[in-house]
Amino acid sequence: MTRMHGDDISRESLAAPRGFASMGRRTLLAGAAGLAAGGGLILPGRALGQQSAEITVDRARAEPIPIAIPNLVGVGGGDTAQLGRDMAGVISNNLARSGLFRAIDRAAFVAQGAGDVPNFANWKVIGAQALVTGKVESQGGDRVRVEFRLWDILPQTQIQGTAYTATTSNWRRSAHIISDVIYERLLGEKGYFDTRVVYIAGSGPRDRRVKRLAIMDQDGENNRFLTDGSALALSPRFHPTRDQIAYMSYVNNRPRVYTFDLGSGRQQMLGNFEGITLSPRYAPDGNNIIMAQTRGAGSEIVLIPVGGGAPRRLTDAGGGAIDVSPCFSPDGQQIVFESDRGGDQQLYVMSASGGAAKRISFGQGRYATPVWSPRGDLIAFTRITGGIFAIGVMRPDGSGERILSESFYVEGPTFAPNGRVIMFWRETAARDARGNGFTSRLVSIDITGFNERQMTTPTDASDPAWSPLPA
Amino acid sequence: MNIKILGTVAAVALLAACSNQAATSTGPVSSGPVPGSQEDLVANVGDRVFFDLNKNALRSDARITLERQAAWLQKWSANNVQVAGNCDERGTQAYNIALGQRRANAARDFLVAKGVAATRITTISYGKDRPTALGSNEQAWAQNRNAITSVR
Repeated sequence: MTRMHGDDISRESLAAPRGFASMGRRTLLAGAAGLAAGGGLILPGRALGQQSAEITVDRARAEPIPIAIPNLVGVGGGDTAQLGRDMAGVISNNLARSGLFRAIDRAAFVAQGAGDVPNFANWKVIGAQALVTGKVESQGGDRVRVEFRLWDILPQTQIQGTAYTATTSNWRRSAHIISDVIYERLLGEKGYFDTRVVYIAGSGPRDRRVKRLAIMDQDGENNRFLTDGSALALSPRFHPTRDQIAYMSYVNNRPRVYTFDLGSGRQQMLGNFEGITLSPRYAPDGNNIIMAQTRGAGSEIVLIPVGGGAPRRLTDAGGGAIDVSPCFSPDGQQIVFESDRGGDQQLYVMSASGGAAKRISFGQGRYATPVWSPRGDLIAFTRITGGIFAIGVMRPDGSGERILSESFYVEGPTFAPNGRVIMFWRETAARDARGNGFTSRLVSIDITGFNERQMTTPTDASDPAWSPLPA
Repeated sequence: MNIKILGTVAAVALLAACSNQAATSTGPVSSGPVPGSQEDLVANVGDRVFFDLNKNALRSDARITLERQAAWLQKWSANNVQVAGNCDERGTQAYNIALGQRRANAARDFLVAKGVAATRITTISYGKDRPTALGSNEQAWAQNRNAITSVR
């Protein structure tokens, strides 16, 4: 049994039921490739598990994998049946929202087998290529054991079998963990469901806008407001360990970057800067924060230890240029940022120790808010061209620019930890002088530009930042 | 923001006191703002200057307003002020905060050049988070590209 995800949830492997050989990924891949022509589990796009900087649109356009997710069976009464239904719902919603799976309508289900081995013919007939089965068993007190199996219908094999022991209150998290396992086993890359999003919740008229730090699960559930709104809050970012946030606050009418400890709720001004500090991001090692500070007519990039201390200046505002929105490459070797040193906002890349910077954006318009993909292969950005705002991606050398979404106003892309999905925010124009019609919403989109979805949030929302997966 | 609201409340209270007095005295009395107050600055001097798109250069109309602000500040030498730079909604957030600071600095530097002690002026930028016009059109955006001087 393996302890994981803090001490909340533990995990053990489940052998396939008697008569079934559990298949490792290698076997599955070979099997799937061989069966693809005959209509086996179609693995869209390229070969699985291949780590490539190349993004192909093939995978996005491939048919989503039809997957059947019946309710997990409740064992031992209590609320286990309800938990089983709720967990299947969360898993189904996660996979469907990715755009890479199609959860088969439950009304089509022929039979939900009572035993551990599914009746494959009954799932095959409704077009399922994969099947999730499982049960939720009370362990006494508030603990449950959740058993889950993933099946490949055509070759009739168990792909994965795992049992989790968790507290009842962790049921939702357990469902996200299971979703990540399914995603990874069927697509060959890590999922992103056991993650959270910090963002800024906006309310009230725009001239007296209240902006609060807020956090939610990646699917919009478990929303929580972290600050009371008495000071403007902006641009939150996750620490690599997910237990701290860096953000900008106007506390005491003094706009500065703060760190916010998620466990204790304690916050602390970062450093003691003369100018405004803004647009923070953590270094990949979690020990330092990179951000901008205003000085004179410009602003410069500085690096400072997470606990405060002596800052190191990486660019120089002496020339009056505005350098903001720095972001490390995932290997920590380079920094991308935006600067108007050449006349208007463009993207530049420099070494993590500062020095000469190389411009990488050369398309039409102004470029802002660069963020490096956790995979290292892409930089996402906001582009402003002729009054139209767009979210796009380019390679770190500036080549291969693609626009994913454009409208009256979009800004601030953030990558899911697998580099596969981007979240940003979209604002609509006010339609009258009182500001009616203005809205601000979080939107997610696949990096190939398909599957754009608006998030549901309790209030207007902006400034999303996606957490990493748990270590 | 609380301080600012309190300031406004106090000034309104003063105004109310003023007009009450006026009501009990005889003859025509001007009910204008208290000289040297924020309202005086707004009504008789001009509390804000405007900028062109993505610019922090002081236009000629801005210089005229700031000349008057400098003279007013020299007259009311006990007044300290905050100069807040603002931007329209057609720019990205972080850049706008830095741009707003540029605008606040440009106005501050002008006032200092005209003889106002630098220690009497603080600056801040709200980026695009404190617009005064709430529409999404050129007219509203032009109003929101500003530096606003307020008595602290």
